[in-house]
Amino acid sequence: MKKDIILAGVGGQGILSIATVIGSAALDQGLFLKQAEVHGMSQRGGDVQSNLRLSSAPIYSDLIPKGGADLIVSLEPMEALRYVPYLAPDGWIITNTTPLVNIPNYPDMDKVLQELKRFPNVVALDVDSIAKDLGSPRGANMVLLGAMASALKILEPEKLREGIRRVFGRKGEAVVDSNIKAFDAGLEYSQK
Amino acid sequence: MLGDEAVALGALHAGLSGVYAYPGTPSTEIAEYIQAHPLAAERGVHRDWSANEKTAMEEALGMSYAGKRAIVCMKHVGMNVCADGVMGSAMTGANGGLIVTACDDPSMHSSQNEQDSRFWGTFAMMPVFEPSNQQEAYEMTRKAFDYSELRGIPVLMRLTTRMAHSRAVVENGENIREQNTLHFPDKPRQWVTLPVNARVRNRQLIKDYATFEEDAAASEYNWLIDGPDKSLGIIACGIAYNYLMENYPDGCPYPVLKVSQYPFPRKLALELSKKVKTILVMEEGQPLVEERLRGVFPTETAIKGRLDGTLPRDGELNPDAVRVALGLEPLPEYPASQVLAPRPPALCQGCGHRDFYTALNNVVKDYEGARVFGDIGCYTLGWMPPFNSLHTCVEMGASLTMAQGAAFSGTWPAIAVIGDSTFTHSGMTGLLDAVNGKADVTLCISDNLTTGMTGGQDSAGTGRIEAICEGLGVEKEHIRTIVPLPKNYPDMEKVIREELEYHGVSVIVCRRECIQTLRRHAAKK
Repeated sequence: MKKDIILAGVGGQGILSIATVIGSAALDQGLFLKQAEVHGMSQRGGDVQSNLRLSSAPIYSDLIPKGGADLIVSLEPMEALRYVPYLAPDGWIITNTTPLVNIPNYPDMDKVLQELKRFPNVVALDVDSIAKDLGSPRGANMVLLGAMASALKILEPEKLREGIRRVFGRKGEAVVDSNIKAFDAGLEYSQK
Repeated sequence: MLGDEAVALGALHAGLSGVYAYPGTPSTEIAEYIQAHPLAAERGVHRDWSANEKTAMEEALGMSYAGKRAIVCMKHVGMNVCADGVMGSAMTGANGGLIVTACDDPSMHSSQNEQDSRFWGTFAMMPVFEPSNQQEAYEMTRKAFDYSELRGIPVLMRLTTRMAHSRAVVENGENIREQNTLHFPDKPRQWVTLPVNARVRNRQLIKDYATFEEDAAASEYNWLIDGPDKSLGIIACGIAYNYLMENYPDGCPYPVLKVSQYPFPRKLALELSKKVKTILVMEEGQPLVEERLRGVFPTETAIKGRLDGTLPRDGELNPDAVRVALGLEPLPEYPASQVLAPRPPALCQGCGHRDFYTALNNVVKDYEGARVFGDIGCYTLGWMPPFNSLHTCVEMGASLTMAQGAAFSGTWPAIAVIGDSTFTHSGMTGLLDAVNGKADVTLCISDNLTTGMTGGQDSAGTGRIEAICEGLGVEKEHIRTIVPLPKNYPDMEKVIREELEYHGVSVIVCRRECIQTLRRHAAKK
């Protein structure tokens, strides 16, 4: 069994902490893992992505082939669209709907949302608002992680919660709890 | 761990005594990992940043001379900066194990050109190790130190972006080796490269290079596997091997030669050519192996690769390009979305470079012939809208020196823009030229007190920029310091205008801490 995931967003949004939690859970479960990251010039407010590959068998390529991604997980709606050539025909798009507009020619938001609807398997949710309502605006990425948990399949949600505890444990009980709450809210949304 | 981190840990476990580096994507994390590792602290491993790649290379060579193990790390263009040291180190040879690590950036994710550092191996007559995965990166680094001492030669370790910046699990930690003790070379003559010694050494090196190739043919990291389908043979170098295997989850049907240690083992290629009539060469970077195999005269073996369009001529490889080259059906894919806008990188909100460019633009618009010569760093983004401030950006340190050439040719005002770290990396000698030549140039040092682009490493001249300029001979009254903030625009513009009007060398130090490191420092408190 394998899961190929493209994590997308804008530099500084925090896609790498999603990857860190999934990675921690995957290692705990004894899965093989490869994760290609973007560093340097491309981080400065530009588009960023990370290729995260999990498998029960050894993985060769650090990069996911076109048409091969089981999931595109994006903290920004237009950035989800950037990687659709990589999506497998039956793959899932899990995306935030709050745009991050730091360019003058950002496309019309309705068009972005309409375009997303063209794909068969889409979970689109406003993770920013959900996180804000929970009182932890910085937990937006954990809401998104929760929203992808059902589609991830290779890892049980409880494994991901354990991953959150391990990754954020250093920062104290309160941070762990608010991140778990954010995760659960995302999970609940995706199951509705 | 990242491929970079695997190299770092391999070096530590091999008994490293010093890492010498200047930050550069995608190599930075090697030195950073060692800097943060408890074993490095416990053993007192040298781990401060060097001023540039040349000083780093020479410092490491000195450590090797003293019998200890050293690693030098840089991005591919750093190899150009330290080329003198690299070429020289092949002549001196290594005493303590010496690894020169070059991280190439095909597709130029964060670079100004594509360079394949394996060429330096051929050029300097050094062995090259090119791991194909993170586990190999760890193991080959350990092996490279042993090999360097066995053959008395520095080893060039070549990574590419995907290897450097991709994570995987790495089994590690067995038999952590002690550090070497101080011991000087047993062939002292070759460390003095006077012609009388160098001629002797050069002939020896030519002989040794043949031995290195024999070693490569026998290397556990190079292997030839037969396959049932003889219609094609494949040579896969470094991580190209991964993209090949990705496309054949049940095993590759063709005979494959995987290469991770150079000089290129011609013996193995010859064995492959006896099995097949056509060979596809896959290599990340430039077609180095392919060019060597592709003769001018007709042969029985047809060669395919980057030079005949089977694979793209430039850019990094990926599973898709390799799939096409193998003649496999492409996977079904969705067409690219039309509702998309590019999102290029930009200077951070609140960054001092922004305020500097705003003030500079306000002055420069009044000077029709003004030309602004840029340099390498975050501030290169000042070329992009909304600033459009720069006319050139070539390589580290080229701003002020190009400005001098242009000024001498009649350009006025000729303005150079450089960061603090780039200035101490390779801008200072150019300033000495400007002073000696009484050039009519204005040097703007946009000082954010760090090496920003690569993530905020220490900058070699922090706190001493004005003193350095004065020491190099710039007149004190033409070294001006300004603080780039919107409320200071009138003052900043006045200073810039005054110094443009001065027909000699002037330096404007524009200083405010990088917004990213400022946030980090605030969070720490």
